[in-house]
Amino acid sequence: MVELALPRNSKVRKGKTWPAPTGAKHVKKFKIYRYDPDDHRNPRLDSYEINLDDCGPMVLDAVIKIKNEVDSTLAFRRSCREGVCGSCAFNIGGTNTLACTSFINDYKGDIAIYPLPHMPVVKDLIPDLSQAYAQLASVEPWLKTKTSAPERERLQSPEDRERLDGLWECVLCFSCSTSCPSYWWNGDRYLGPAVLLQAYRWLADTRDEFAGERLDNLEDPFRLYRCHTIMNCTRTCPKNLNPAKAIAEIKKMMLARQ
Amino acid sequence: MSYKTPLGQVRGLGSAKGGTRHWWTQRLTAVALVPLMVWFVVSILMMMGADRVVIVGWLDNPLVAGLMLVLILATFHHAQLGLQVVIEDYVHSDIWKIGLIVFVKFAALLLGGIAVISVLKLAFGS
Repeated sequence: MVELALPRNSKVRKGKTWPAPTGAKHVKKFKIYRYDPDDHRNPRLDSYEINLDDCGPMVLDAVIKIKNEVDSTLAFRRSCREGVCGSCAFNIGGTNTLACTSFINDYKGDIAIYPLPHMPVVKDLIPDLSQAYAQLASVEPWLKTKTSAPERERLQSPEDRERLDGLWECVLCFSCSTSCPSYWWNGDRYLGPAVLLQAYRWLADTRDEFAGERLDNLEDPFRLYRCHTIMNCTRTCPKNLNPAKAIAEIKKMMLARQ
Repeated sequence: MSYKTPLGQVRGLGSAKGGTRHWWTQRLTAVALVPLMVWFVVSILMMMGADRVVIVGWLDNPLVAGLMLVLILATFHHAQLGLQVVIEDYVHSDIWKIGLIVFVKFAALLLGGIAVISVLKLAFGS
């Protein structure tokens, strides 16, 4: 059933406050979700006051500063710090996005940082994405052909290559899938926008020869048709991609082969 | 506690190889209902306060009776398709889910049937 309220063990408590260093002029408060599976207590919201004059411009800079200089127990994922690895996706100021490409100055007032919504939490800002990764694997996101491999590279016209623009750029941060109410309620069966965008990336590739099998695998009331064009995916995508359009294109392909 | 792998869970029972017809029919009936509803509401408004003879005379026209039948079929078909999706979205207990879907389908059939017979009765002037 739809969860309208958080379960008892997920209700967020008030947490600790870590004040800014004395004399700091430009202070920003970061309210960060903390959960430790080992202390058997409910999650809490800690407040960290950060001196912006001594911090990089991005939200990720602040989070790294907190871990390095204020509270080393804070757990989160990050790697490239330039928007290509998709690791540091959090719910920042109410919207799923990448911390490394979000400017602190774009947020008015305190900045609240939570893990990606409606996923099991491993610790603090780290969601368990095993299911999402398995869903990605289930669409077999690689080139598949019946024709045996050619002597040289597989040819593709510039026009055909252009069809992949807006698809290949996805960094698999799962901001879109975890912003989708359909994915929240039926994530065990609905593949979600991130995975469907990847599925379409291979359906749209003129070098791939398995469109029929790929469509067979997607044609399902839950896997594909749980998308009700709510559009949260497109609104939240930190790379400005359009998963909703990719899903619509898959539905058009389903009709075209009727 | 399940030791099934995440991929095993996701692959599950495989795809249903269906759903396109359900989705497309819902769209088609929605599009059909836009002009049909406008026509119906305007027609009823124009006959506000008219007595039974006027209504029966209106339905006596085969075009009107035909449009009314299409309107009724599209409305109830669209409603039960849409409600099925809503139930599948929000109700996760199998017993409740199946029970509610069956109830909605039967209710749509019954109400639609009553509406069709009512139109036919009036159209054939009994």
